[in-house]
Amino acid sequence: MSGITFSYKIDGGDFVNAGKASSEIKRTLKQLNVAQKTIKRVVVSLYEAEVNIVAHAHRGEINVLINAEEISITLKDEGPGIESVEQAMEVGYSTASPSVVSMGFGAGMGLPNMKKNSDYLNVESKVGVGTTVTIKVALVG
Amino acid sequence: MVVKNIVRELDLKVFNKNADLDLEVKGGFVGDLLSHVMGNSEEGQVWLTVQTHKNVLAIASLNDLSAIILIDKQIPDPSMLEAAEKEGIPVLGSDKTAFELGGKLFELLRIDS
Ligand SMILES: Nc1ncnc2c1ncn2[C@@H]1O[C@H](COP(=O)(O)OP(=O)(O)O)[C@@H](O)[C@H]1O
Ligand SMILES: [Mg+2]
Repeated sequence: MSGITFSYKIDGGDFVNAGKASSEIKRTLKQLNVAQKTIKRVVVSLYEAEVNIVAHAHRGEINVLINAEEISITLKDEGPGIESVEQAMEVGYSTASPSVVSMGFGAGMGLPNMKKNSDYLNVESKVGVGTTVTIKVALVG
Repeated sequence: MVVKNIVRELDLKVFNKNADLDLEVKGGFVGDLLSHVMGNSEEGQVWLTVQTHKNVLAIASLNDLSAIILIDKQIPDPSMLEAAEKEGIPVLGSDKTAFELGGKLFELLRIDS
């Protein structure tokens, strides 16, 4: 299958570089003349997922595949994992540390933002091992 | 209305030297919870906040915001300032509260439209 792929490595705690992947994907989608509304949905979803690795995990990798129909993003991290994905999806639920909260992150709105702005969201997690998040957004129609 | 106009009308400080003061201002957004701003702010809005770190710039850039106003005497961290110099998004400042600045900005935009 043809398409454009991107890959990024993310370090836990590295807030300085948070958003780099989102910024590059945004630029690419603009060049591909994707509708601004669609780009915004991708950017919100990817940014939140990127920040979750930085805020909650040890390290991770982001793989992006863009083809004519959709963008598919997989974020796989090594980290503490999530005990209850259902609970994590609730608005306001957060285990962010006080220092992360003081930066304005940790409002417990990240996963809800991803859900709202994607066409497909899947979160698979193993406690003590890590989390894999898959996000898809349709680029046409 | 462009950023230059609100800098004058609201008597704002401009922190970054290369700030693009000709960006169009279409509205405003007040918020300190980053996910709230990320998920709900819209292109062309001016963002009023107390947050002063680099991620504020990332969010403003990703959402195509026109400017950031640091309220209540806040000043940008060095990392935020550095990012602002790169991006050109104006980082502005005021001694006033979000309530007062937001009220004035709302009125300016209402008269302008
Ligand atoms: N990649 C991840 N690794 C471990 N825990 C995570 C991860 N992503 C989300 N979580 C858990 O889900 C909670 C809710 O996530 P989210 O809705 O993004 O809110 P926030 O990041 O603001 O806490 C987090 O506080 C954390 O407990
Ligand atoms: Mg989050």
